[in-house]
Amino acid sequence: MNNFNPSISTTSAVSMNKVLRNTYLLLSFTLLFSALTAGISMMLHVSHVVSIVCSFAAMGLIWFVLPRTANSSAGIGVVFAITGLLGFGLGPILNHYLALSNGPQLIATSLGGTGVIFLALSGYVLTTKRDFRFMGGFLVVGLVIAVLAMVANIFLQIPALSLALSSAIILIMSGFILFDTSRIINGGETNYINATVSLYLSIYNIFVSLLHILGIFGGDD
Amino acid sequence: MDGMQIAIAVFLVLMLVFLFPRAKQMFFNSPKAESGDWSGALLPLAGVIGFVVLLIWLVSQ
Repeated sequence: MNNFNPSISTTSAVSMNKVLRNTYLLLSFTLLFSALTAGISMMLHVSHVVSIVCSFAAMGLIWFVLPRTANSSAGIGVVFAITGLLGFGLGPILNHYLALSNGPQLIATSLGGTGVIFLALSGYVLTTKRDFRFMGGFLVVGLVIAVLAMVANIFLQIPALSLALSSAIILIMSGFILFDTSRIINGGETNYINATVSLYLSIYNIFVSLLHILGIFGGDD
Repeated sequence: MDGMQIAIAVFLVLMLVFLFPRAKQMFFNSPKAESGDWSGALLPLAGVIGFVVLLIWLVSQ
């Protein structure tokens, strides 16, 4: 006897589509908001210290506030606060690259490149419907190793290690895009607020790392 | 080493402190890969590497 129950299947597909649609909608608004706060930060010429403080504040919100508000409407405000702070923290980095003669080209290439990577990877998961949740353990261990190497490189100051780390971060975050999108379409993530923050962090890190790599190879300061 | 580098180091160490338990939990509780799963994941990641190399080539022209 066939155990297939169409009503359960349809309900789960509708629910998955709703999470996916809400995630992409919130993600697009948060990316626009982030661009706005980055623009304000660039105009105000804020210092790198402010950038670090914004990153600390955003991480504080992600670790302590988001888990408590992700299931309520307040979570949307928290997501905008996180993405706004991270965008504001990007101002000094963007101003640094804009000071190069081909800075606008580097920033535009990084932005476009990040968009292409995100759309291609999301499209790949959505069309193949593959389950990439098996990657979770490897990705998070890779991230821990990358962060350890970053701490070491603050003291060692090796340019080649810095380049290797940016490359590794792009690969790890690309893996996280596959993992997170797969979790949404396979029912592993039903909260679009958490899904948005995860995808936003992957996009943010890919953009910053790509800008760093392109700055090294294409910056003519 | 200036204060900002120390602040970044503190930030990263704090990140590790928060990340480590989650990493441990995810590593031991992730579903196991089946045959063909890794090739399906490595294909798009290889595409990302190729695309980044293309962007590097474009900006260094």
